[in-house]
Formats: sequence, C-alpha cells, structure tokens
Amino acid sequence: MLRDITIGQYYPADSVIHRLDPRTKLMAAMLYILSLFVFQGWAGFAAVTLALVLMIALSKVPFGYMVRGLKAIAVILIITILFNLFLTPGETIVEFWKLRITWEGLKNAGFMAVRLTYLILGSSILTLTTTPNQLTDGMEKALKPFNKLHVPVHEISMMMSIALRFIPILIEETDKIMKAQLARGADFESGNLIKKAKSMVPLLVPLFISAFRRANDLAMAMEARCYHGGDGRTKMKPLRYKKADIAAYLLSAGYFAGVIALKVLL
Amino acid sequence: MNFIEARKLVHEYIRRDEEGNVESILTALNQVDLDVKQGEFVAVLGHNGSGKSTLAKHLNVLLSASGGTLWVDGKDTENADNLWAIRQNAGMVFQNPDNQIIASVVEEDVAFGPENIGVPTPEIWKRVERSLKSVGMIKYREHSPNRLSGGQKQRVAIAGVMAMEPKCIVLDEPTAMLDPNGRREVLDAVEQLNKEKGITVILITHYMEEVVRADRVYVMDNGKVVMQGNPRSIFSQVDTLKSYRLDVPQITMLAYELKKEGFNIPEGILTRQELVEALCQLY
Repeated sequence: MLRDITIGQYYPADSVIHRLDPRTKLMAAMLYILSLFVFQGWAGFAAVTLALVLMIALSKVPFGYMVRGLKAIAVILIITILFNLFLTPGETIVEFWKLRITWEGLKNAGFMAVRLTYLILGSSILTLTTTPNQLTDGMEKALKPFNKLHVPVHEISMMMSIALRFIPILIEETDKIMKAQLARGADFESGNLIKKAKSMVPLLVPLFISAFRRANDLAMAMEARCYHGGDGRTKMKPLRYKKADIAAYLLSAGYFAGVIALKVLL
Repeated sequence: MNFIEARKLVHEYIRRDEEGNVESILTALNQVDLDVKQGEFVAVLGHNGSGKSTLAKHLNVLLSASGGTLWVDGKDTENADNLWAIRQNAGMVFQNPDNQIIASVVEEDVAFGPENIGVPTPEIWKRVERSLKSVGMIKYREHSPNRLSGGQKQRVAIAGVMAMEPKCIVLDEPTAMLDPNGRREVLDAVEQLNKEKGITVILITHYMEEVVRADRVYVMDNGKVVMQGNPRSIFSQVDTLKSYRLDVPQITMLAYELKKEGFNIPEGILTRQELVEALCQLY
C-alpha cells in the first residue's frame, strides 16, 4: 500500500535517546561526525568505537536495522577503499602489473572505511530515534538566532513539515493519475530513455495542476484558522531541555574534548 | 443585533486582460441579505455556481465584498482590525478533508488554530482534548490523518475549528467528497455541536437531505437569495425548487406526488416517519 510509506526511517521505541530533545541530538550528532574526522591512531579509534557502541546500545534500535542504511553507500565505500589502497605512495607490500599496494595505503583504506561506516551508523541513530516532525521542530528552534539575519526560519520549517504531510498524499495521487492514463492507453514502460521521459508529461502535468490546487486550498484553510506567520504563535508541544539533555550535552562535549586530547597527546 | 447581518452584499469577480482592462464581470453575490441569530442552524442551499461558496468565504473574511455591508459578531468585516477576531469567532470547514489538515498527527492538527492565536500550552492541551471528544475522535488523537476515513478526517477538521472556541462554524459543502456513512457522521457531529454547545452553524450544501435538520434555509440562485424559511415551508414549494435546479428529498417528492393524485396529505413532509404517520391517518 502506498499510504503505508513512512518518510524518514523513524524506529519507534522507548529509549533514553528517543526521549532526548531533538536539538541535543542534532548537536551531539554534529560533534560525533566532527570527531570522526579528527581522531587519529588506535586510541582515538577505540574511543570513537566505544562511543558508537554505547549509543547503539542506548537507542534500543536493532543493529540489523541500522546496517541497512549502509547498503546505500556500499559503492562509494568500495571505490574509496580501492583508491586509497592503490594510490597511496609508501612502503610496498605487494606489486603486480601496474598496481601497488602499500602499507600506508592499507592503513588509509582501513581508516577511511571505518570513518564512512561510522558516519552513516552514527547519523542514522539520529534519524532512527527522531520523528521528521521533531527534527523540523528542533531545527526551527536551534536556528532561531538566524532570524535576526532575516532568514525565514519559521517559514522554512513550516514548509518542511507541510511537505512531509503531503508526500504520501501526492504519491497516492500520482498512482491514481498513472492508472487513469494507463486506462486511456498511455504507455509508461516501453521505448528508450527519451521516449520514457516524454511519456511522463501526461503524468506530470495533471500532478502539478492538482498540487497547485491543493496548495491554494491549504493556504486558505490555514488563513481561516488564523495562521499569520510565526509571530505570537504558541506551541502545543514546546521543546524544553530536561536533565537528560544537560547530561547528554556534557557527555558529548567531554567525548569530543577527549578525542582531541588523544590526538594531541599521542 | 444578529450574530451575522449582511445587507445588500455584493461580490464581483472581475476578469482582466493583459493590459488590465476589464474583460468581463461575474456577479457572484447580488444584493444578498442574510440574518443569523446566535445558536441557530442555518442552511444555504444552491446548485453549482449559485454563489453559496462565495458567501461562505465572506463570513470568514477570506474574501471582501465589492459592495454592501457584512457584520459578524457585531464587528464590521470591512475594518481590517477585526480580521483575526472574526476568523476566530467564525471558524470554517472546507470541502476537501485532505487539503485542510496541516499536521501529520491528529492532535497536532487540532492544536494548529489555538497555536496561531497564541493560547498558552496547558490550555491548548485542554482544548484539544475537549474538541476531539466533542466530535468523537479522541481515540484517534495520536493517529496520522492519512489513515483516517473521509468522514473521520472531516470530523478532525471540525475539531480543529472547535479548538479555537468559535461562536459559529461555517461549513462549505463539508460532505461533498464523502460516502453516505461519512456524510451522516459529519452531520451528526455538527448537529450535536449546535444542540449541546449552542454553536451557530451555517451549512452550505447542495444535498437537500442535509437541510432537513436546519432551523432555517436560504436558497440561492445566480448570486441572489431567492427563497428563505423553515425547511417545511421551503420543501412544500416543490415546483419553485425545481425551477432553481434543486431536487427535493425523495420522501418529500413521494408525498408531493401522492398529494397531487388526490390523497389528503399535509404539505412539506420531511421524513419517512412523518409520511408513515400521515398515511396511517388516512385509513
């Protein structure tokens, strides 16, 4: 069923990480990603691994669920490994034909693979434990200072959350139009790429028209319910930091400082 | 003063060509007078293009008049300072349930109106609960609107309006896209709000069956109010209604035909029960 599509990849569970404020999670994810590019050597590697394992355990999301996210970057991962493996100059281990594997290359390739894998796993913890709506809410509030620079923060996050609400509706509509056009003899399957692209026109035109009509209706419905921008608006579920958030901030700051210390000291 | 008072209300849709010259003028509302008292259930009936939706949009100041005056809750709609007060007091429900639900969770959508008018957070929670209960949708508060039926979505939309605590709800063909079950659900909810909470209801529709529940009916044609009165007096004028391209409910039609054949039945029968009783009186 098309209407069962979930946007993002939220995994509902009741864990410490699920309950954290989205702003805290965004900040922690950023620090974690930075730390991946800062760490050096085995001690740093151990620290980063420990942090990741701890987060996965706390999030209560099955590990198999997270690994699925890696499929998307498998190709990039392999290319990165190969380039690092063959193109790093240094002490040669094996040499055949024009290719040469060096000790440094092996090390670089290994660390690069670890960095990319950890990057995906770490950021997927953020998206798996936070609903898209919480994410847009968190972004709205975290980016509020930019309002002073005339960045329409509230409007952008409102657009994002409306888009999230309408994606399943528009997918359903696409499906309906497609069937209607197929019933009238449209052909979406055969032909080369250009012909296929052309056959999308009778699908896209009605879809755009209906999307504009919906947007018009929605704007009117929002106005009728007194929507007048972000000024003077209250929230049903306002974001408030709890004790756990403070602890999480301290922990991630401590972790980041630790990774830097390991790099400097060792 | 009446809750809604329109005097000689005119609305013109002006179509202009590229140079801005007037190409044609369509008069959607032509000298409309409308009076609605607090707590009344008023239906506005008319076929497509009769101007009934244009009238509805004036009541919520989504459109402003080309001529005449309109007062809602004692406030002049021409005065821009009254805009938000009027929109809050005359909530509006539209035809397409999908295009008026803003949030991805039912309770968050109901909270949208109160959030806009700056209600404090604890009060929003109370209002959301109260208004979802009043339309019987409290069970679904954490559901996604995409998984609800049309009738349920429309009830959520009504709850969204109720959460702003308006004195009046304007429903612009709320059942046009629903199946018979959904239609009944929505109308029952509306009738209950009118009877139990004293909310003024203005129901815009072209389904005659829905009008039976109203206290008063206005019939519109070509932008004019052509008939008004209680449902019984309106439905007893079958031929006039037909001239405005409106059909009377089946039961009323049957009673009308029987009467024409010489049976002694009172005029303006509205429900099956009434017809049964009238027929039993005969023998």
